[in-house]
Amino acid sequence: MNFTLKIWRQRSHSEPGQMVRYDVDGVTPGMSFLEMMDLLNEQLTVGGEEPVAFDSDCREGICGMCSMVINGQAHGPARATTTCQLYMRQFEDGEEISVEPWRAAAFPLLRDLVVDRSAFDRIMQAGGYISVHSGPKPEPNSIPIENALAEEALDAACCIGCGACVAACPNGAAMLYTAAKVSHLGILPQGQPERYTRVTRMVAQMEHEGFGSCRNYAECEAACPKEISIKFIGRMNRDYLTATLRRPIKRDGPMDSQ
Amino acid sequence: MNLEAKIPEAPIEQMWETHLDHLRLVGPRNRPHYRVIVVGSGLAGASAAASMASMGYQVDCFCFQDSPRRAHSIAAQGGINAAKDYRNDGDSVYRLFYDTQKGGDYRSREANVWRLAQLSTQIIDQAVAQGVPFAREYGGMLANRSFGGVLVERTFYCRGETGQQLLLGACSALAQQIAAGRVRMYPRTEFLDLVVIDGRARGIVVRDLVTGQISSHAAEAVVLATGGYSNIYYLSTNAKGCNVTATWRAHKRGAAFANPCFNQIHPTCIPASGEHQSKLTLMSESLRNDGRIWVPRNSEDTRAPSEISEKDRYYYLEERYPRFGNLVPRDVASRNAKNVCDDGLGVGPTGHGVYLDFRDAIADHGRDLIDDRYGNLFEMYERITGESPWKTPMRIYPAPHYTMGGLWVDYDLMTTLPGLFAIGEANFSDHGANRLGASSMMQCLADGYFIIPVTIGDYLSRHPYGEIDTNHSAFSDVERDVRDRIDGLISIRGSRSAASIHRELGQVMRDHCGIARNATGLQAALGEIPKLRERFRTELCIPGSGSDLNQSLEEAGRVEDFLDCAELMCRDALLRNESCGCHFREEHATEKGEALRDDVNFAHVTVWEHAGEGVVPEPTKEPLSFDALPLAQRNYKT
Amino acid sequence: MQRVGTFYRSVIGKKAIVAATGAILLAFLVFHLIGNLKAFLPDPAPGVYDIDLYSKFLRTVGEPLFPRTTVLWTIRCVLLVALGLHIACVVQLAKQNRDARPVAYIHKPARREATPSARWMLYTGSFLILFIVLHLLQFTTGTLGSTGFGESVYANLYLAFHKLYFVGFYAVAMLILALHLFHGAWSLFQSLGLDNPDRNLGLRRFAMAVSIGIFLAFASVPAAFYSGLMQAPKPAAQLTQQFEQQR
Repeated sequence: MNFTLKIWRQRSHSEPGQMVRYDVDGVTPGMSFLEMMDLLNEQLTVGGEEPVAFDSDCREGICGMCSMVINGQAHGPARATTTCQLYMRQFEDGEEISVEPWRAAAFPLLRDLVVDRSAFDRIMQAGGYISVHSGPKPEPNSIPIENALAEEALDAACCIGCGACVAACPNGAAMLYTAAKVSHLGILPQGQPERYTRVTRMVAQMEHEGFGSCRNYAECEAACPKEISIKFIGRMNRDYLTATLRRPIKRDGPMDSQ
Repeated sequence: MNLEAKIPEAPIEQMWETHLDHLRLVGPRNRPHYRVIVVGSGLAGASAAASMASMGYQVDCFCFQDSPRRAHSIAAQGGINAAKDYRNDGDSVYRLFYDTQKGGDYRSREANVWRLAQLSTQIIDQAVAQGVPFAREYGGMLANRSFGGVLVERTFYCRGETGQQLLLGACSALAQQIAAGRVRMYPRTEFLDLVVIDGRARGIVVRDLVTGQISSHAAEAVVLATGGYSNIYYLSTNAKGCNVTATWRAHKRGAAFANPCFNQIHPTCIPASGEHQSKLTLMSESLRNDGRIWVPRNSEDTRAPSEISEKDRYYYLEERYPRFGNLVPRDVASRNAKNVCDDGLGVGPTGHGVYLDFRDAIADHGRDLIDDRYGNLFEMYERITGESPWKTPMRIYPAPHYTMGGLWVDYDLMTTLPGLFAIGEANFSDHGANRLGASSMMQCLADGYFIIPVTIGDYLSRHPYGEIDTNHSAFSDVERDVRDRIDGLISIRGSRSAASIHRELGQVMRDHCGIARNATGLQAALGEIPKLRERFRTELCIPGSGSDLNQSLEEAGRVEDFLDCAELMCRDALLRNESCGCHFREEHATEKGEALRDDVNFAHVTVWEHAGEGVVPEPTKEPLSFDALPLAQRNYKT
Repeated sequence: MQRVGTFYRSVIGKKAIVAATGAILLAFLVFHLIGNLKAFLPDPAPGVYDIDLYSKFLRTVGEPLFPRTTVLWTIRCVLLVALGLHIACVVQLAKQNRDARPVAYIHKPARREATPSARWMLYTGSFLILFIVLHLLQFTTGTLGSTGFGESVYANLYLAFHKLYFVGFYAVAMLILALHLFHGAWSLFQSLGLDNPDRNLGLRRFAMAVSIGIFLAFASVPAAFYSGLMQAPKPAAQLTQQFEQQR
């Protein structure tokens, strides 16, 4: 199979970028999209050109590192699939394929297709945890958790943090990501004591990072490789609105028993 | 070399408690003065960094990924063992200890394994308190599943993504400490060298992968949680970025490497589809419960699998192991797949694959039941290969998965280099010659949450804080070494990518130091690796410079270390003149082709020290004792 | 007060305001519609129209406790504030959204889920502002289209909707309103956190019913007048004369 690729090349955040055309041949249908990119990079390297920088790590769809907008779609045309799990048999031989990085103000571009998603980590640091020390803990079965509740928490918790929701959202919003994180802990009994401070802080951080707002398009849900439902956004909205009605909890210090 | 493991003087059941009672402590007011470096942010690294920081230590944590949450622990699927005995099926700390020790084919240290079994229950408690949504029964109690090689149900799980959930738990604890200012997190930063001053690890030199900047970081202790080196085979189930650099650089700076040849090959992976393959994807082993493994009897048989009649199918596991059939242990299944493929019976475009057939299972149990059990796996297989397991048999082949070998550590998880600790897959301690399923995460978290936070205090309490900062000349010396090395790699200006040489190395290692090994092959590998290294040094091409994001440079540095480590692996495999666990030496097999251990000569850990560039190292032995569980032959026949 | 500020500044807070004010405006539409439909009621007496009585009621409701038109103006103020907040929040959010993606994709993204209704909210909304202004000028102040029959709503309707361009304009406007409501009437529940998978289908159907219902019902009045189904207002001679003159 042969393809014409149009790939976004940009040396650094401060330099201008552009789409560059490349032809790759010798692609097999069994290659993953990233392996096709490896092949292109091999060609470029042998030719002394700088290869296309792109993020990838586990290549089995769980680490959330790979991030390409392929033909205008985050992670490409297949549903519930990360870029690394997208195979070339999905494309027509001879097709022209455009490859762009995630585009969002909160994800500054580092090089070519590599963007900085540390904004997601800062949202987590703002409250995406249950404050516990390491050490002896109560017997877990002392707090029974309804099977369906644990499953629902897992539906939210399976977010791989890839950022496709932001890339696909016409508004560059991180609502699905934040909602998944807020809901995972907000659903479980262990997460109740900090439920409302958590949502307030995480949403504040999300806004601070410069993400857009939700207009209930549900494009994020369609692009999410884990098919996380926008019902969690509704849930987060509810928690956030409830939180604003409650007396705010002052927490100036870290958690802390010290 | 001092291989004093510092195992406490006490009966094995009380060793850890006794040890805890006698460890020196650092007071809460002093802890913030101590700085600890943690390299790696997987289950071990994240849990260690978070735990130490929450005690009050200042922690610097480094990872090469763009976020700590992306470490490859995230890909662990099946579950995590704990001796909770929730199922009332006779489980106990002793049983878990027994299973792990036996599974490791008696090549691990009893004291460490016992402690691991003991701490297993606390891990579940900790994870649940952090909000890990383990599967629950309808009554709200934690659910368990069974896992390979044991007779009890003790595995806790979150669907097929237990590793992800446990890592997210550890990373949330880490995030909390980052927010509290006690952990400084350095993502997209790669460890490149260790700084040793007066015989103690005192810091590291790293490269910022975005700006290319080389910088030094000083600390009172350094913890390596950098995972395993299965990527030495190029194709493995590890993530693309997994590497040996941190442990190998530490080894070159004085930390001893133990049992480098022990690496586990997982039998059920999707085979490579061609030359370009960049990694292998694991399929759950549970498939072997209902699938039948076979190859065509005739190597020239080119018919589609569905057209091959029953008499022309060679169900080799069922024929060779009538009692266990398709459910033989991992190493046996892997070895037999390799055998039939070596005999030319392999299937698929590369000839490295065997059929895993569900035709009979679908006929016997009905499509619904099979769909219920394996539907999502079938879907995943079809997405990757484009073939539907409902219509045609799956093809599988073994793939390197986990390295039991690693940096030698004592009972406190400290390496032979004072001040340098190794936890998780990066150390060698708990799994012997073979790791049982659902026990890697258990070890990472036991090390990170419960062991290192207290044992490191014992070390720190013996040393003052704030003695050394990065102005010390040793840091500038190491930084210079690192820069020279990078400049050296870039200035080769040959015509080959590091990946292409890595692929060749992988081939050599798979051929000679993989599922089965023999002296001739290992010697051949030892002859080929230096040639490869020479080619690497003359033909490598790294476009671009070292002063910005350059993935070719990152890869080249890692491949260079793999080349060195591969040689040590082969040397170790050659020296270990016995078969044990995953290390199968063809010369040492029973008449029926089973592994034959040599407990008289090899009941020890082989520990290697770096002897200098180009010098053949001499190993030291740490003898193993078997007091709690006497030696016995593994037996799969009855 | 600080909490109100924080709430208003947050995206979720703003969205909640958009949703809540949207709900108020939707409720108003329903009442407005009920009023309009009174045009179809049989006349209580010759020359007296139900809709005119209703119009008078709106002005006098609350008397004698409140002076004439106090209640009406209060409601108008609430609606104006709601509309103002609705627009202000949307404008601010739109700016924020534009800033959130400073560099656009070169390959135009194919939308997988977003309906045209959802994607065109800003455009349909902007048109509706224009429509509201024109509508008020025509039927409330009487400055546009010189309907000028004082307080006889029926007569005003009759005169306005004999003109094809008015009928056409109102029909298009109601279509656009329906499009706006199709997304808005569902979306407001999601923004307020009242949606969940059990209710989602119901809410989607509700939004569909609201938008179709509003369109049909609102459009029925001009259509009825234009098609001649409605009687000319009395005294007929006088009206007809004026009508002729205008033409």
